[in-house]
Amino acid sequence: MGQLFLEFWRLDDPNVVWVLAGAVLLGGAAGVIGVFAFLQKRALIGDALAHAALPGVATAFILFQTRELEVILAGAVVSCALGILAIDYLVDHTRIKPDSALAIVLSVFFAFGAFEMTHIQQMPVGNQAGLDKLLFGQAAALTADDVRVLGIVAALILVVAALLFDRFRVVIFDRGFARAIGMPVRFYDFLLSTLLVLAVVIGLQLAGVVLMAAVILTPAAAARYWSNRLGLIVILAGLFGVIAGIVGANVSYIAPRMPTGPWMVMAITAIFFVSLFAAPERGLYARWRRRARLRRRVAEENVLRTLFKLGEGGDQRRWAGVNEILRYRSLSPVALGRVLRRLEAEGHLEHADDRWRLSGAGLERARAITRRHRLWELYLTRQVELSPDQVHDDAEAVEHLLTPEMERALAEELGTPEADPHGQAIPADNPRAGG
Amino acid sequence: MYWMDAIWIIAIASLVGISGAIVGAFLVLRRMSMLGDAISHSVLFGIVAAFLLTSSRSVPVMLIGAGLVGLLTAWLTDFLHRRGQLQEDASIGVVFTWLFALGVILIAAFAGQVDLDQECVLYGEIAFAPFDTWVVGGQDIGPRAFWILLGVTALNFLMLAVGHRPLKTVAFSPAFAASIGISVTFWHYLLMSMVSLTTVASFDAVGAILVVAMIVVPANTAFMVSKSLKGMLVGAMGVAVASAVLGYFLAAWLNGSIAAAVAMVAGGFFVVTLLFVGRDSVLARARQRRRQRQQAATPAA
Amino acid sequence: MSEAPLSVRDLTVSYQHKPVLWDVDFAIPEGRTAAIIGPNGAGKSTLLKAVMGFVQPASGEIRFFGDTLEARRSLVAYVPQRSEVDWDFPISVMDTVLMGRYGRLPLLGRPRAADREAARRALEKVGMLEFAERQISQLSGGQQQRVFIARALAQEASLYLMDEPFAGVDVATEKAIVELLKELRAEGKTVVVVHHDLSTVGDYFEHVVLLNMRLVAAGPIEEAFTPETLNKTYGGRLGMLSEVAERVREYGLDERTG
Repeated sequence: MGQLFLEFWRLDDPNVVWVLAGAVLLGGAAGVIGVFAFLQKRALIGDALAHAALPGVATAFILFQTRELEVILAGAVVSCALGILAIDYLVDHTRIKPDSALAIVLSVFFAFGAFEMTHIQQMPVGNQAGLDKLLFGQAAALTADDVRVLGIVAALILVVAALLFDRFRVVIFDRGFARAIGMPVRFYDFLLSTLLVLAVVIGLQLAGVVLMAAVILTPAAAARYWSNRLGLIVILAGLFGVIAGIVGANVSYIAPRMPTGPWMVMAITAIFFVSLFAAPERGLYARWRRRARLRRRVAEENVLRTLFKLGEGGDQRRWAGVNEILRYRSLSPVALGRVLRRLEAEGHLEHADDRWRLSGAGLERARAITRRHRLWELYLTRQVELSPDQVHDDAEAVEHLLTPEMERALAEELGTPEADPHGQAIPADNPRAGG
Repeated sequence: MYWMDAIWIIAIASLVGISGAIVGAFLVLRRMSMLGDAISHSVLFGIVAAFLLTSSRSVPVMLIGAGLVGLLTAWLTDFLHRRGQLQEDASIGVVFTWLFALGVILIAAFAGQVDLDQECVLYGEIAFAPFDTWVVGGQDIGPRAFWILLGVTALNFLMLAVGHRPLKTVAFSPAFAASIGISVTFWHYLLMSMVSLTTVASFDAVGAILVVAMIVVPANTAFMVSKSLKGMLVGAMGVAVASAVLGYFLAAWLNGSIAAAVAMVAGGFFVVTLLFVGRDSVLARARQRRRQRQQAATPAA
Repeated sequence: MSEAPLSVRDLTVSYQHKPVLWDVDFAIPEGRTAAIIGPNGAGKSTLLKAVMGFVQPASGEIRFFGDTLEARRSLVAYVPQRSEVDWDFPISVMDTVLMGRYGRLPLLGRPRAADREAARRALEKVGMLEFAERQISQLSGGQQQRVFIARALAQEASLYLMDEPFAGVDVATEKAIVELLKELRAEGKTVVVVHHDLSTVGDYFEHVVLLNMRLVAAGPIEEAFTPETLNKTYGGRLGMLSEVAERVREYGLDERTG
């Protein structure tokens, strides 16, 4: 297998070059155009169009008795265009809901195509092997000619998408605004649909009817997790598509029995799941960690604040026993132990036997936290008219989220107060922290 | 006996249509048609996996495999939508293409052992269904596909008999259904299970895409003109059976795929209804527009 | 004294993309018609959804007549917003109202004559009996709202929760609903309505819950519905709260911490 892998990458075999080029071009172009469909909330349109291509393919073959790629693809483009018109008509002018419109067009068009295919099988010219290739995706059968056509169309898609990127963004993001400033919204809709149809049609040879949906959609869905910037999303989706193309071509070279399309889909879905879990900010792991980190910080800050309070009015760094702390905090002794040790490791606490106290740095931090807490409590009682005992729990949940700017705004709005609603002093802003 | 085969084929196609109409009506009303499409594809993985795990092509194994994968599809879609914050349709697309690709790869990897290929999954060949008969106690009781579909159709009717009220309420207004104590989750997953079973039972006979046609096309045809859920269900079943009969003869006449012809006829019913039937048809609305124009044109008395 | 039909204690909800409710505390006394009011995004509908259990609250307790919703479900009728359903649904007015009886039917039971009678009475009360056999897509917005209310009436509940029943309805429907509120009050039922029109609060309701992410005030109109509380509810003084709400959402805080 390693042998074959090297052989693949030596690119001596012209066939390898064609398949690789085809898969990469397709993955890139479909990934890019897919982002626009995804953001138009038409994620599954690629699925419907891929199926709608079939009757065009079959009709072109029956009418012209040729397997010339350009002719067949032209047929596919025509029937895809009809499909998209039918979907738009049903959605805009009838009671049929968008999901049903897709499913109806998808299945009825496909049925027409399937019927024609059985008819073609019985024709005297009968050799429909070439058409099957279009249906199920067989990259190994790609020829130089196929790739040339594929390359031209893919390049066209990428160039148009790049040139009109800003227009597409406006039309998708805010149609009303686009129309108000006099943009030909319908023309851009039409252009986007056309690009999508082209991507679907060239993709059929590689990915096949069913899996074309993934080649269009999944890179966009994966890329969405990594960024909020459309430009970056488009580039990432294209890149993911290219990677999927390379994997698909690679696998079907190493194991010729293996179809290219499904492996492209496996690769792109793997990228999707990695993105879902691991993407910074929007990924599941990042979100989970953010929550866990906050919970940890809340526990730490509450313990610091408790120690600060215990020392208030006397020795600010007095020693306190674990049980004393537990009286103020609803934590299990084990959890408290963990928090204390972590605070010690951070240099905020010192301990001797079973007793703990704030370090110099710990005192600073505890003071800042207490200040925020009491400011927030005061804000809630003054502005929201809650009774002091109602306020306490709430201040506790939220104070950890206040930013320095919010804290300053609070102090300002409250007129730099000196005591909280329970009559406790609000520590002054730490001069060293700047304020 | 040629006519005997014809009757079996029409009966099988009708059962596909009736089952499809029942689950389809609720899918359409809940705006989940594409979830039906998704499940009809992903059950391929269920069938292959069940076969590879148990080396059995027995009916219960197949149905259980398909049922589980159908539920998995629905659950994963929901997970991506809720936890992954992905659009609902995108979640559907990601999940079903992945499971379908897995199925196809498994078939390719175990090509010698699995008696399935992509083509038969997509197209199916109902014309061969009468030859795959079931022999019980030495007695040939007719095509296997017929009996499986009969069972699934009976299950669908059972679901309808027991659950038409909660299913209707959930489809109409999930919030209201929950407010009177109906479990939206339970009925959702029950419906998804029935979609999977319907799909897998129809698989051999008509293929994945044509199951989708029988799930969405008759139900939507009836939806355009129905005033009640009962009317919609009956109408959808009627369209489905009529499509089965006419489709068979169309295929016989033009010598093409029967399953595809059935779906085409269903599509024909849809288009005709859209154009000509009922108050909301294209024709009725065009007439109304013309009348309004005329009224506007004649000066007021 | 019997238990309040609806009491909400310490309710905190954080909700994706929607506003957050903090520590909301109030009770609606029996036999009152109450309005929940507050600016857009104040969490009025979220409050109702949390009360009905559609939204998982982060904390808090909701009691119906002193018990859980599950135990008292038959006493509670909920009217969702009109926009929450597809009005193309193939169902007649009568069948929609009959849904109000489904809660009391056994699994395999069919609606009986008594159920139909209750549905008919409900339709009559909202002045929609003549439309009973009509398909719901052929109704005006106001008529649709009346059908929804009729469905709730058919539930023959003791507590009615209505989400924006006056939104986008014609004058005739508004009058009909107001008459109905009076009638329900006369029968000793409790009604809680999410409302957005301040000018009519005093005329239609006896009790208010003023909400802006937090409870600003709750009580009889004359006590709670004052220029001062209104200013608090609608004025800009709660800016900090919404800013914090934004932060809470960023962190995806589903539950209380600390």
